[in-house]
Amino acid sequence: MNVAVSIDRVEKRFSSLQALAGVSLQIGEGEFFGLLGPNGAGKTTLISCLAGLVRPDAGRLDVLGHDVVSDYRAARRLLGVVPQELVFDPFFSVRETLRIQSGYFGIRRNDDWIDEILANLDLTGKADVNMRRLSGGMKRRVLVAQALVHKPPVIVLDEPTAGVDVELRQGLWQFIRRLNRDGHTVILTTHYLEEAEALCSRIAMLKQGRIVALDTTSNLLARFAGQTLTVRLAGAVPLPPELHARATGGEGSWSFHLSRLGEIEPVLATLRQSGCLIDDLRLSQADLEDVFLGVMQSSCDSGGARAAR
Amino acid sequence: MIGFRTLLYKEVLRFWKVSFQTVAAPVLTALLYLLIFSHVLDRHVEVHGVPYTAFLIPGLVMMSALQNAFANTSSSLIQSKVTGSVVFVLLPPISYGEFFLAYVVAAILRGLLVGVGVLLVTLWFAVPDFASPLWILVFVVLGGGIMGALGMVAGIWADKFDQLAAFQNFLIMPLTMLSGVFYSIHSLPAFWQNVSHFNPVFYMIDGFRYGFFGVSDVPPEVSLAVILTSLLVVSAATLALLRSGYKLRS
Repeated sequence: MNVAVSIDRVEKRFSSLQALAGVSLQIGEGEFFGLLGPNGAGKTTLISCLAGLVRPDAGRLDVLGHDVVSDYRAARRLLGVVPQELVFDPFFSVRETLRIQSGYFGIRRNDDWIDEILANLDLTGKADVNMRRLSGGMKRRVLVAQALVHKPPVIVLDEPTAGVDVELRQGLWQFIRRLNRDGHTVILTTHYLEEAEALCSRIAMLKQGRIVALDTTSNLLARFAGQTLTVRLAGAVPLPPELHARATGGEGSWSFHLSRLGEIEPVLATLRQSGCLIDDLRLSQADLEDVFLGVMQSSCDSGGARAAR
Repeated sequence: MIGFRTLLYKEVLRFWKVSFQTVAAPVLTALLYLLIFSHVLDRHVEVHGVPYTAFLIPGLVMMSALQNAFANTSSSLIQSKVTGSVVFVLLPPISYGEFFLAYVVAAILRGLLVGVGVLLVTLWFAVPDFASPLWILVFVVLGGGIMGALGMVAGIWADKFDQLAAFQNFLIMPLTMLSGVFYSIHSLPAFWQNVSHFNPVFYMIDGFRYGFFGVSDVPPEVSLAVILTSLLVVSAATLALLRSGYKLRS
């Protein structure tokens, strides 16, 4: 697979804060890549370095082979960035904003594509409305539209669904998924872990300017997460004492965290031997939130030094 | 090239959409200056053999053009920095040179528009000669360019509106007010005449006025050389700031 974005040992310090402490990763063309981490982990700094808004102290970033500092014009032409802050130019209407943004990228007469973006983001009815008169969610969608006017091969979305209601979020993801299917590389940072789990094929987790996990979403789920077995017991039979240590819950419904499926049978056998009758049984996969918490916790335990390169 | 043209178009559209404030207001201010000063002084003062009101008109035209060229770039940059919308011009593949030219040319256009506005409303009170129209145009364009570039420096440097106001009140206002807009420097004591020669805005006003009356405090060629040098220096400094990313790209 060709490399869409290459990040090599990037460091950035803001006075006493080490925002990025040597981040390296490669994102392939056509990937839907997730960048996760708590507030202040360095996600936005990393994206800003890629977009040329922040200059790294050390290291190198390339977009489709173009260095973002020395070959910045080519790199920026290939990149569409949705900034995290809800910003807008109050002087212009939605259509004027998008026409101007097209012109900045060297494109004239872009109205066919602008109309298509507007339709996909459910903004057609607001095309001639001044930016000031739009709701927060609509301004957010215009920001997405602005990042797409030049059909960038690499799309970077920095928490694009913050403040956007559920229905619109679905519409936005449908559109971004379609662009991804059409070959656009998508890099996403989000606080909604279920979004990252549903959309991203590969994920990097950042903490204190370092990558603490970098793998495919399925591997991360398998590596860090186990299953949870939940049973509801019939009658008033108490839980066998030997299971108390690893059970959570109460009042006849108990959950057991299992690191592998083979641990189910011993639990069930103990219940049977104690005369417990199982009324209901459920096995659930841990989700990305568990993985995230697990990774952040384990990187904490090891002093944040578990940088995965 | 399309990037430059679009940024220029956007900068012009930005001030045009609020032209009541960016063009009409400075024209009114200049008109008030003219009404007051000509009322007080016209019967008593002649400069270079020209009645005071006619002498004052080119000075007011140029002062308004210069101040508005400065205001255009500086306010556009500080506004977009404070609101965060500056990312829209930082993310695209626009070169530093295009970025600089787009802002400065828009500033010159606003200066010209305000200058023409002031000229039109003041012509009703006195009609100055138009001895050398080409000098008039050259000086207003180059002067607007210098002030537009200075406005960029101020807009990039300032983080808050009050810092920009300080730049405007403590640097730009004294330089323009003490440049000979309202008087010929020959009427000043020798010391202040010498001080005036260190003020580049004095050469902008004096050369511009030469275009109207064919007389000036210093030869127009000298003024032209001074403001061309100033333009080169301020432009080089602004481009260096843009290239370094100072306060725009952290």
